[in-house]
Amino acid sequence: MKCADVSKNLIAYLDRRTNSADRGEIEAHLTVCPACWTRAEEFRRLWAVMEEVPGIEPSFAFDAKVRQRIAAEPRPRWFRWFVPQPRIAFSMALLAGLSIWMVKMPPNDLNSAGKGQDFEAIKDLGVLENYDVLTKFDVLDELPTGGDVQVQKPQPEDQGSEKGGGS
Amino acid sequence: MTRTDVQLMLDVKSGDEESFAILLQKYRSPMVNFLYRMVRDAAAAEDLAQEVFLRVYRARKQYSPSAKFTTWLFRIATNLALNSIRDNRHRQMDLSIDAPVEDDEVRLELPAREMRIDEFMVERDRTTLIRRAIAALPEKQRAAVLLHKYEEMDYGEIARILDCSESALKSLLFRAYETLRVQLAPLMSQPVAHSPGERRPS
Repeated sequence: MKCADVSKNLIAYLDRRTNSADRGEIEAHLTVCPACWTRAEEFRRLWAVMEEVPGIEPSFAFDAKVRQRIAAEPRPRWFRWFVPQPRIAFSMALLAGLSIWMVKMPPNDLNSAGKGQDFEAIKDLGVLENYDVLTKFDVLDELPTGGDVQVQKPQPEDQGSEKGGGS
Repeated sequence: MTRTDVQLMLDVKSGDEESFAILLQKYRSPMVNFLYRMVRDAAAAEDLAQEVFLRVYRARKQYSPSAKFTTWLFRIATNLALNSIRDNRHRQMDLSIDAPVEDDEVRLELPAREMRIDEFMVERDRTTLIRRAIAALPEKQRAAVLLHKYEEMDYGEIARILDCSESALKSLLFRAYETLRVQLAPLMSQPVAHSPGERRPS
């Protein structure tokens, strides 16, 4: 063991709080190192010197003062249970404020536009309901395609009536 | 049957005021002494000790025996003492507002080592010299020495109180005792006078 290692464990050694292996190594080092041995002896003497310092006694009024300060502490009241904790109170107030704000908030334009679109969709609901009929309307397939379509001329009665009507 | 400190504190938690009185009686003297050695002012030490017990009482409902009672008690005391020392230091900052204040710095009011030794040797006041040497240690070193030397706590407990590792604590203690060894060297060559009521070194 080197001097630095001994220094690290010297206090514990002097306190008799090292394990037997460390103790043996430290003692072996102290027998061959006068500097560490001197330091260890001076620590022992220092501790003896420090014992000279007498302690002080608390004043006679010490206990009474502690009791007085304890008595001055605010006592829990019976209604304390009903008083909400600050955090809970703050959260509840915040939630209430948010609810009021949301209720009082005016309806925005997006909502009204949405309602208009809904109305149009409802109006065409009949068409949508007949969608299958329209897609499977076989009669439409029988119609001539392109330029083969002939426009029927008006019937003579129609012409006569038109003439009669016009006169 | 004697109740342990933890049991007493649990009884305080469940509303037993008498258990608190027992704890107060048991620890008031060590607490006042520890704080006196920390702040070096008897009146301030007593005020701080009262504050410690008041805080223990206030925290009784939240108390859970996760550590030794003394660890909890002295942790409160150490924090209060360190805050008090820092507050006082801030009040004294107008003496030298530009001087940096660091943990390892020797307090301003202490003169040079040779001067102090000479002065105190004239006064023949070994006790004052020892107290001042301890008070001149950086706060954390001082707390470590006081808890180790005077409260005789083990390393694990002191480390928990000071919120550091055991290895860091051993290093802290070594540096503190090394400083004291040098500072108090003149006293160590003189015979140690013990009064009958004092503890002798083992």
